[in-house]
Amino acid sequence: MEVILAIMIGVLYAAGIYMILRRSLVKLILGIIILGNGANLLIFLLGRIVKGHPPIIPGSAEVFHDLYADPVPQALILTAIVISFGLQSFAIILIKRAYKVVKTDDLDEMNAIDQDS
Amino acid sequence: MFFWNRIEMQKIISIAGSVISVAVSVWLFAYIWEHGTQTVQAGNWKAPFGIIFVADTLSATLVLLTAISGLAVASFSSASVVAARLRFGYFPIFHFLLLGLNGAFLTGDIFNLYVWFEIIIISSFVLITLGGEKAQVEGAVKYFTLNILASTIFLTAIAVLYGLTGALNMADLSVKVAAIENRGLVELTALLFLIAFGTKAAAFPLYFWLPASYHTPPSAVSAIFAGLLTKVGVYALIRVFTLIFVGDAFLYNIISVMAILTLFSGGLGALVQNNLRKVFSYLIICHIGYMIAGLGLFTEVAIAGTIFYLIHDIVVKTNLFMVSGLMYRIRGTNSVQAMGGLYKDYPKLSLLIAIPLFSLVGIPPLSGFWPKISLLKAGFTAQQWWLVGAIIFASLITLFIIAKVWAGVVWKDKPKIEVKSNFRYFANLSDLKKTQMIAPIVFLSLVSLYIGFGAEHIQQLSSRIATELMDNQQYVDAVLHKVQNIK
Repeated sequence: MEVILAIMIGVLYAAGIYMILRRSLVKLILGIIILGNGANLLIFLLGRIVKGHPPIIPGSAEVFHDLYADPVPQALILTAIVISFGLQSFAIILIKRAYKVVKTDDLDEMNAIDQDS
Repeated sequence: MFFWNRIEMQKIISIAGSVISVAVSVWLFAYIWEHGTQTVQAGNWKAPFGIIFVADTLSATLVLLTAISGLAVASFSSASVVAARLRFGYFPIFHFLLLGLNGAFLTGDIFNLYVWFEIIIISSFVLITLGGEKAQVEGAVKYFTLNILASTIFLTAIAVLYGLTGALNMADLSVKVAAIENRGLVELTALLFLIAFGTKAAAFPLYFWLPASYHTPPSAVSAIFAGLLTKVGVYALIRVFTLIFVGDAFLYNIISVMAILTLFSGGLGALVQNNLRKVFSYLIICHIGYMIAGLGLFTEVAIAGTIFYLIHDIVVKTNLFMVSGLMYRIRGTNSVQAMGGLYKDYPKLSLLIAIPLFSLVGIPPLSGFWPKISLLKAGFTAQQWWLVGAIIFASLITLFIIAKVWAGVVWKDKPKIEVKSNFRYFANLSDLKKTQMIAPIVFLSLVSLYIGFGAEHIQQLSSRIATELMDNQQYVDAVLHKVQNIK
């Protein structure tokens, strides 16, 4: 399981960075989304994956004796997903707006700001 | 937000709120000066389990400065930003930005820091695109991409760090990271943090979003960005590299090299620009170099210099961008070549803007001079000749640029340019609006003068912060062994 996840994270990071390096605006956003998903999975993986041991202390004990699934990474991922969802919806509106105003999808042609005003 | 369509009401609430925030942060600062580091545990979960807010002297100082710049910009933007922009929720978003900044300065939990960073960038995205002009949207695309990328790298770094230590609390991390055997992995994580915060702070190879976007939004927005956004990155760098990743010569060498290149590239970039706000944008980058230089040297004197520079720079950069907004209002252009004759038309105003301009260079009694002494002294002690050279070179080049701007804007005869018919020139504004624009500049100039002439107090303050930062045991104790401190 860990190995598959590790490979998948690698693929997601690579694909994300590749997409960001393209010149198209839409691919840029897709790249950012993929990269974000890769980061979330990385947190999940590095939080140690444990199956079938919920982090609930039995009534008879005071502390954990068994190994247990760490709830912290899941909370982190949840927060990160919500945040990145907000950012991505903003990004999609932004590129729509950029496409309307600049009338191009090509990042290389977005150079009005580099000229002297 | 309750007065969505009533801008006048929003202006009053915004300014009043900022005054209250200054008052509260002065109180916080005074309290911490007397009683030392304070902590708050959210939901009463004991550290290191719950999210904790820590206010040490550095945090309190930065919160105070945020409140001061926030007040100035709130007043300035109520006069200079056009009503159409204000109607789309300018003030609520602006205060969200300040909220995010305060949170980032005060939090003691690394994931919480990430959340505050996201609040900061999402509100800055809205502020930078508000209005939707072509240049703004283009600038925003670049700003957006690189900042999101930095956030993702930050998240990756947190993931690796959590995998290594199983902790998120910064004080706890400080203890646990020091105990890790595998230093290679620690260095790698540190580098990820360096890239993430370096992008936020606009250090050398990672600064390209800044000159592409900072001159596009209204100048009030640029003012708060220039004063505080990059400084959050610097704050995070200082915090992480004095608390969590300590004592690794390799990392400090990398930071020093970054600082040298930042100083050079920012200075040279500013030299060739003609747009006033682009000149100031590159100067931001150049002066970030000073702060990182102090961190790279990593001695107590150098850190004190960094802190002093941080305090001085927040005030001066906010002020400079407000000055550039004022110039734009007066002359209707941002181009240095097309300006001129300010001294003839507004002699008192020219004297006023001389204060932030020459404070930036650091002509001796003014505020930019004192931190450079500390930095140079530390550089000589550590025998880092390249760094010393870069600091002197950057000072010289800043002096040259400011002299050029001063000559071009204030002394040169006014060139003949046609008067724009649909533009509201400064001379035609009402007295209230004029006051609202000039008062914050006067206010920040006075703060700058105080930093310059009361340098002794600021030096004491920054030495105290530096001592606290170098001896991180005190911070760790305040967070982890709260039990003794509860009264």
